Amino acid sequence: MTKHIIPSGTPLNLKDYRKAGGYSGTEKALKKMTPAEVTDLIKASNLLGRGGAGFPTGVKWSLVPMEKYNSKPKYLICNADEMEPGTFKDRYLLEGNPHQLIAGMIISAYAIQAGKAYIFLRWAYKKAEAELRKAISEAYEAGYLGKNIMGSGFDLDLYVHSSAGRYICGEETALLNSLEGKRAIPRTKPPYPAISGLFGRPTVVNNVETLCWISHIVDNGAEWFKALSLTGTGGTKLYGVSGNVKNPGTWELPLGVTVRELIEVHAGGMKDGYKFRGALPGGASTDFIVEEHLDVKMDFSTVAAAGSRLGTGTMIILDDRTCPVAFIHNIERFFAVESCGWCTPCREGLPWVEKMLLSIEVGTGKMEYLDILKSQVKYMGPGNTFCAHAPGAMEPLQSGLKYFYDDFVKHINDQKCPWR
Amino acid sequence: MLTEEEKKEILTEANQYPYPAAACIDALKIVQHHRGWVSDESVKDIGQILGISNEEVDSVATFYSRIYRKPVGRNVILVCDSVSCMVMGYEKIYDYLSEKLGISFGETTSDGRFTLLPNSCLGDCDHAPAMMINNDHYNLLTAEKVDELLDLYK
Repeated sequence: MTKHIIPSGTPLNLKDYRKAGGYSGTEKALKKMTPAEVTDLIKASNLLGRGGAGFPTGVKWSLVPMEKYNSKPKYLICNADEMEPGTFKDRYLLEGNPHQLIAGMIISAYAIQAGKAYIFLRWAYKKAEAELRKAISEAYEAGYLGKNIMGSGFDLDLYVHSSAGRYICGEETALLNSLEGKRAIPRTKPPYPAISGLFGRPTVVNNVETLCWISHIVDNGAEWFKALSLTGTGGTKLYGVSGNVKNPGTWELPLGVTVRELIEVHAGGMKDGYKFRGALPGGASTDFIVEEHLDVKMDFSTVAAAGSRLGTGTMIILDDRTCPVAFIHNIERFFAVESCGWCTPCREGLPWVEKMLLSIEVGTGKMEYLDILKSQVKYMGPGNTFCAHAPGAMEPLQSGLKYFYDDFVKHINDQKCPWR
Repeated sequence: MLTEEEKKEILTEANQYPYPAAACIDALKIVQHHRGWVSDESVKDIGQILGISNEEVDSVATFYSRIYRKPVGRNVILVCDSVSCMVMGYEKIYDYLSEKLGISFGETTSDGRFTLLPNSCLGDCDHAPAMMINNDHYNLLTAEKVDELLDLYK
């Protein structure tokens, strides 16, 4: 997936990407396969969604009504709103090889017979936006987009929508509202977007990294894809590490490398003078893992078994010179600010949690706050809020209270932060 | 009043959707691109051209963090204050900027040159701390680097 990406370099143009084998999967799918065959192939490959939830991509596509292909318009949306704190993997793919994404989107749109596709892009990704627009106009000129693509009879228009900010836009139903020009507030599910999505029409929303895989799977087959991972799940993954390590960055590695290998080999280990205390394995909305989890494999099921989530696969490291209370406070402030305000537990609960954490951090906290924080974790847990925003926010808090409880207590007893 | 150029740009965006109201965010961004911010009058004008109420336009405008409903300076500095940048010391960068410019988050220098705003994760976590000035990304910030960067924006 990252083969043709030169870090900080210029991406391949259409001509050079074709020379390197690009778009061959697109030609194969549109000329030689039926939409159902494409969906079956992706199902067989077990490609799990790379946006964080890990839902099987082929299954998502198969929920779209396909009767005689006549229920048009249908939409395909690429979720490129990457805003999870600590996450910077999709930017790498968007800036580094936009044609890989476009090639995958054409096949995916063909599989669900969508006539329009959107790339919902984070507002801050200006370089990615410029590269995408350039690549899309090249693809139109070459006949990969527009009417009757490569003589297949399939039509597709592709647009870039640059967002106006707000983390909640990454939630797929909030994204749909945002694309319709409304406030980005999540929708009730069901109906799922596959049945009633953008403008009330069948819609599939897939992550950038997921869509970048599609043409390679069509080219090389489901078994090839499965064999790439260490765990049998299928594929490689863009992993990342940020924090006080020697070599922070992002790398494409077989799905299932261990936490230890990621930190010690690829990120070069902790910086001199810093010790590892814990990490959020897949962005700010995942539970902490600590030293006992260093040999956990970074795959969806194995990280879940360790009590956390693979999420986006981009890890944030907590070191011994950073206060865990301040670290968690920063995260909860982010979630409080980014709450869309639609449902009460999230709108009211997150700012309350944020205030209590700030109070503990600056030395005015009380012991009873710890019990209130624990009860808030429960009240904002899964099933009590309209969407996954608040439950995601509670993950680092609940595990933080578990693993760094003594640090919280010390702040309250000493009435100050030991790190300040 | 929207300029002819703004109207043209808004209608071009509106054309890619099944109905014009869907272009509300695009319209707000277009106006802000030309004027720096979105005034009450612009909210009204956008409502008119897209066929929706002023209140609907304003509900959208006030939701999104990158739509400004108050005037901002000629240059907007967005300092990432999320967790990776916190670990890597964004607070020092903020303190330095704040002292140098004499303003806090949410404020504009008296000469109208800079507005300083906090911003959620900029997706540059492996090169933290990071910030943006207008549309430009900067990372691996130090006080010296901030000095050099500010000089580029008049």
